Amino acid sequence: MAKVSVSNLSKTYGKGTQAVKPCSFHIADGEFVVLVGPSGCGKSTLLRMIAGLEDITSGELRIGDRVVNDLDPAERDIAMVFQNYALYPHMTVAKNIAYGLKNRGTPAPVIEQKVREAADILNLTEYLDRKPGQLSGGQRQRVAMGRAIVRDPALFLFDEPLSNLDAKLRNQMRIEIRKLQRRLGVTSIYVTHDQVEAMTMADRIFVLNDGRIEQVGTPAEIYHKPASTFVASFMGAPPMNLLPGNYNGNGSVLLDDQTAIKIGQAANHKGAVQVGVRPEDVVLASPRDGVPFQIDVVEELGANRLLHGNLAGHPFTVSVGKEADAAPGISGLRFDPCAIHLFHPEEGHRL
Amino acid sequence: MAVADSIISVSQTHEPARAKRRGVKLSTIADHAILIAGALFMLVPVYLALTTASHDAVHIQREGLSFGFSDDLVKNFDAALFAKGGFTGAITGTTMLLNSFILGVGFAVGKIVLSMIAAYAIVYFRLRFATFAFWAIFTTILLPLEVRIVPSYEVIQGIGLTNTYTGLIVPLLASATGTFFFRQFFLSVPDELVEAARIDGAGPVKFFIDILVPLSRTMIAAIFIIMFVYGWNQYLWPTLITTEEGLFTLVRGIRQIIQAMAEGSQIPEYGRMMALAIIAMLPPVAIVILFQSWFVKGLVESEK
Repeated sequence: MAKVSVSNLSKTYGKGTQAVKPCSFHIADGEFVVLVGPSGCGKSTLLRMIAGLEDITSGELRIGDRVVNDLDPAERDIAMVFQNYALYPHMTVAKNIAYGLKNRGTPAPVIEQKVREAADILNLTEYLDRKPGQLSGGQRQRVAMGRAIVRDPALFLFDEPLSNLDAKLRNQMRIEIRKLQRRLGVTSIYVTHDQVEAMTMADRIFVLNDGRIEQVGTPAEIYHKPASTFVASFMGAPPMNLLPGNYNGNGSVLLDDQTAIKIGQAANHKGAVQVGVRPEDVVLASPRDGVPFQIDVVEELGANRLLHGNLAGHPFTVSVGKEADAAPGISGLRFDPCAIHLFHPEEGHRL
Repeated sequence: MAVADSIISVSQTHEPARAKRRGVKLSTIADHAILIAGALFMLVPVYLALTTASHDAVHIQREGLSFGFSDDLVKNFDAALFAKGGFTGAITGTTMLLNSFILGVGFAVGKIVLSMIAAYAIVYFRLRFATFAFWAIFTTILLPLEVRIVPSYEVIQGIGLTNTYTGLIVPLLASATGTFFFRQFFLSVPDELVEAARIDGAGPVKFFIDILVPLSRTMIAAIFIIMFVYGWNQYLWPTLITTEEGLFTLVRGIRQIIQAMAEGSQIPEYGRMMALAIIAMLPPVAIVILFQSWFVKGLVESEK
């Protein structure tokens, strides 16, 4: 168990492409941090630098009290779970789990006991003599977890560990991993491109975009106060609606068709803005009662419905509960002034 | 060969089972006719060798190859294996068999070890000229032993390795084919496996021995088959490098029997020679059959 401190860490590849721009952050002891972002945003590179699988171009990385920049992965006291599990196909489950301990010269009886403990935690006891090829995806995933926990590392690293599983198993493993991490209290860094995983598992989320950390915060902060249009549209499904508008400082924004929408907080920026509204932060009303909203398609999701349509000349999505009555046609929308987000029109940061 | 043929014929009969009732039957017959013809083409010479090996030398000299069995089969095989032959009378069939085994196994194992290590270096280490090195090795395919046989002989003779097993085996070991196959295989091993092993504290040697070698089992078996048979059938190089009869291999020993006898103005011992030819055929066949079951096992266990 350890805290992780990163200062000005960056990664530049041979041809001058900067995969990770200099970034600094601290991760507290026992914290579960999720790095999330689209593919190519540098999240995996950042994780691999922490693991020691990728050289650090500049900056300093500390795990616990040690600077580990130049240490070998094996000496960093970490364990990593890979996307494709990376189990040794010719070894039994028991040997897979034990391999790291064996290489460190742990005495055989201790290894055996630890493997049994790990297998017990992960419900793998009856599979210890099988080979990975004979296991299902979820079981292989658990073996990979077993290989990580058996060594009692200071830091767990997860590289999209659930993306090869089917949706149902993914939900289940998500909870299992989170429970396990709570129970063991090991600091963890988890990389994913799935915003649902990020929201549900993280103590803190780091949203990455284009090699840069765009926002750091708890899932609630990220969701309710996105720092930029990128975060706003990346986190949340369906994403936040973004409409061009105009703000003149008097407590409401004007949309393209001159409809005025009240906002809760004044912003110190006048002129063109981007107006962000979460699909669930609006209430359906009669056309006379609210802003006219043209519904084109109704998507039935069971628990709720998604209404895709057009507001002030721009695509707009609304999420309503299953009890709401909605059909294609003209409807009205009422906005909650406190749930209107304003962003800078070009740079996209929050106003 | 026979094994391969039977596998093909099995899959042929299964495939077009119910497509077209009458057309299929005719084409099945045609298929089988071709396969049977092929099998006969392969097997009849072997059979002929066996039957001929059961006659005495005089009969063979007079009548040529014969299809029927006679009484001298055991005698000829016994002579082939245990009778002392050659100019010095120092060599029997069993010693030649042993020599061939040493050549075949040494050749195959040496090639596998060498090419695996070469491929490991090329694939897993950031060498400056790795690609160049690989292509340099690869182009040696264009330079088989026959092309460089005179300089090879010069070198081996110069360092005094003629008439040794080392001289027999080592010059043949460097193998572009083996290196190429192992390189392709190593490239298909997922990178995560290396990374997982690094995190698990396995250094380069440990990774090679604990993970890469066991993963390559089927590959090793395949190359072993090819190389063993190749080594077993070597003729030119052993002829050059071994002059002592105690080091003769079977393949060149067969020829030696005829030559020795003919020069001694006797009737060559054809029966004994045929028996020896059959004995020379058996180990490669055995190796193929033995490793083939390994092969299938490796393919069925889905490992990656």
